[in-house]
Amino acid sequence: MSIRVRVNGVEQELDVDPEMPLLWALRDVLGLTGTKYGCGQALCGACSVHLDGQVVRACVTPIRRADGREVTTIEGLSPDGGHPLQRAWVELGVPQCGFCQSGQLMCAAALLAKKPQPTDADIDQSLAGNLCRCGTYTRIRAAVKKAAGVPDSK
Amino acid sequence: MSQQPVVFTRRSFLEGLNLSVGGLALGLVPTVSAEAAAPGVGAKSAPELRPNVFVHVAADGLVTIVCHRSEMGQGIRSSMPVVIADELGADMARVKVVQAVGDAVYGDQNTDGSSSIRGVFQALRRTGATARTMLVAAAAKRWKVKPEQCEARDHAVYLRGSERSLGFGELVADAVKLPVPKPEAVQLRPLSELRRVGTELPLLDGPAYVTGKAVYGADVKLPGMLIAVVARPPVVGGKVTRFDATRALAIPGVKQVLELPTPQRPYLFQGWGGVAVLAENTWAAMRGREALDITWENGPNVSYDSEKYREALLESVRAPGKPARSVGDVDKALASAARVVEAEYYAPHLSHAPMEPPVALARVEGGVCEVWAPTQHPQAARSEAAKMAGLPEDKVTVNVTLLGGGFGRKSKADFVAEAVFLAKAAGVPVRVQWTREDDIRHDYYHSASAQRLSAGLDAKGKPTAWLHRTAFPAIRSTFSEDVTGPVARDLNQGVLDLALDIPNVRAEMGEALAKVRIGWLRSVNNIFHGFAVGSFMDELAHARGVDPRDNLLEVIGPARHVSVAELGVTALPNYGAPVENHPVDAGRLRGVIERVTELSGWSERAKNGRTLGLAAHRSFLSYVGVVVSVKKDAVGKARVDEAWVVVDAGLVVNPDRVRSQMEGSVIFGMSLAMYGSITMKDGATEQSNFRDYRLVRIVDAPRAIHVDIVRSEAAPGGVGEPGVPPVAPAIVNAIFALTGTRVRELPIIRTVPV
Repeated sequence: MSIRVRVNGVEQELDVDPEMPLLWALRDVLGLTGTKYGCGQALCGACSVHLDGQVVRACVTPIRRADGREVTTIEGLSPDGGHPLQRAWVELGVPQCGFCQSGQLMCAAALLAKKPQPTDADIDQSLAGNLCRCGTYTRIRAAVKKAAGVPDSK
Repeated sequence: MSQQPVVFTRRSFLEGLNLSVGGLALGLVPTVSAEAAAPGVGAKSAPELRPNVFVHVAADGLVTIVCHRSEMGQGIRSSMPVVIADELGADMARVKVVQAVGDAVYGDQNTDGSSSIRGVFQALRRTGATARTMLVAAAAKRWKVKPEQCEARDHAVYLRGSERSLGFGELVADAVKLPVPKPEAVQLRPLSELRRVGTELPLLDGPAYVTGKAVYGADVKLPGMLIAVVARPPVVGGKVTRFDATRALAIPGVKQVLELPTPQRPYLFQGWGGVAVLAENTWAAMRGREALDITWENGPNVSYDSEKYREALLESVRAPGKPARSVGDVDKALASAARVVEAEYYAPHLSHAPMEPPVALARVEGGVCEVWAPTQHPQAARSEAAKMAGLPEDKVTVNVTLLGGGFGRKSKADFVAEAVFLAKAAGVPVRVQWTREDDIRHDYYHSASAQRLSAGLDAKGKPTAWLHRTAFPAIRSTFSEDVTGPVARDLNQGVLDLALDIPNVRAEMGEALAKVRIGWLRSVNNIFHGFAVGSFMDELAHARGVDPRDNLLEVIGPARHVSVAELGVTALPNYGAPVENHPVDAGRLRGVIERVTELSGWSERAKNGRTLGLAAHRSFLSYVGVVVSVKKDAVGKARVDEAWVVVDAGLVVNPDRVRSQMEGSVIFGMSLAMYGSITMKDGATEQSNFRDYRLVRIVDAPRAIHVDIVRSEAAPGGVGEPGVPPVAPAIVNAIFALTGTRVRELPIIRTVPV
């Protein structure tokens, strides 16, 4: 079965098992390796991408669900790494190992698109599904607020 | 816009090292001439072009600095090159950092033990200083002046008192003709001249991390590569008795099914054995594994049961063990004490669970083997790869990718061994991809442990005796068959090096046979020793009716360098460092306690309606004090609301990465304290993914983590691990203050809702 999906603005036609999770279609077929495998069960958020602007966990999303739709990955978040979240992440030194950060950024970007002035509770709720074993959570909160122009009250 | 898969070839990697254009190259041991040094893989004919180098100055002025330690989130790639560049006088804008392959010419590359900066700070400075000395000598010769009249800065050599200068690149052709100066002829700069060391440094890989361009273990692709997913025996030491691959091979994309060798004891860095499904993509390989029909023989470890083992460990510390530390007469002092305070502590196995599960890519063809892996220990990976490929090590190249977390897991080369075995057997490049379930079930686990502490108090409540018994399966059991429990050096971490102002002290070790592969996990035995000692100090304070901070300071005693004799040991392993350079410094331990209680408002804690817990610990030659504030949330769960960390790690190269390591240590310490537990039933791990191996999430994270770094010019201590040990005891101490419940077993969630 052929799947037609627009990935980061580029039309793609994929001849793959329609049950193949979007994660592996992105990584193994399209070579978009910025989206990470961490658990395979939607427990860690490392594979988070946008499907028509909504966050999905690519590891449990069959590619057939993306047919005829628009997928945005970390590679497509901005043309040059200049998304306010990406800039804030670098300025505040958020990443440690960096592995979970694609997923963190995609979830944070979806939050800001919906709610440009998030509270701490909004941030925690939106990123509750994204594990970071290095423990960058306090900086993630600060960076989301910096990108949103919300004062950090710490 | 879309990023193409990363395809590496050896040629492109060498070009990445930029060693094909000529220049001045220096190894870590500058007295060894390039000719005499061991040849690395890919060595070129001209001696200065060999990759056994740390600093390379090209004729165009580009300085290449090799980072020989693995980047796993500690920021070493942002820190270590700066030390060399500062000594050299290089402009970081014209410095390129490249990652070393695994090769003994770099010295020890095992990125563990919080050892990178503390271990080679001076050696790296000498490497940069040697390059500077040669460039200055070349300039002096050109100008016919004395080297003392010249100075190197801003990527050039300047003649003092004149307008004259020569760029580093312009000096290379002359500098390569000079002999490498002897160490005594190389002068380090005064610390004040190291311009960037100790300042706010940029995160080298920051832009790559946030754009998805950073290359981790699973992001390297080779033409014709297959992905392998392995069905491993449920019990370590088990084996395949028979398997049927028919259904697996029928799945589209599945190409081969291969059996892996069964490991022999001791397990070392061998794979677990099992059956591998090799496919064109990861999904097909995963489905192929599910379709395998395998019969296992479980082997001798099938009897392992965590509940029974826990009881056995506790029994072990209820009886006298082998002494590891002794001063005075503890038995007599306990017998004559007015009061004895006693407590037992238990902590379970833990899994590392780095966000990136183990993964490795190998190619074995044409008499050479090449590996790409997120390894903390590239030389061990090289050695295992050579064994599996049946090749000498000089025919093996191990390329180190970024690590999506390590925490000790990726010091073990088992996953590399699997990849090389399969690549050789399959005849094509193979990437072994571990699933999260594989990672949790087949780890080198952190030791389960039991401890019993007893303190004797005199009639006035002053401590007169301290007895600490500890039992845990030792890491050495993974490497040797005849290990029946810890030996004295295993108690280095938090038992032998504990400063106590008590006249009678003894530490004893109980037996504990390992039934799983035991490995080191971030801060290692300090986790449970720090938990027990930090908790018991607080118990002692409450038993004595003394403020926990005042009690802690009193029991540690006055500021002093605690001698080996006072500690009651014959030798102190001291993390491989001489005690003269890194004494057991009670003053520094007191310092972090005093500072962290000051910053957290300890003495006014009741006034603010807060409950605070305090603990402090020396590990990896650094001193860390932690205070946490714990509150009950709306549903009655105890949560860590705020944390303060004071770290004295001696001289600090990269303060921002020290802060981030301390912040991360609080979260890592919270995970293991509140939720972390790996248990075995019938020899198999009961947990499998983040559903049942729970980690702290952003919703659990403290509102704020305040980190304060003690300004110091003392020899650098470790940073990656020392923040972890005081976190668990600080939390249980705060929970006691909040609820009156004393938690003596980890994870806390077994006793108190968190």
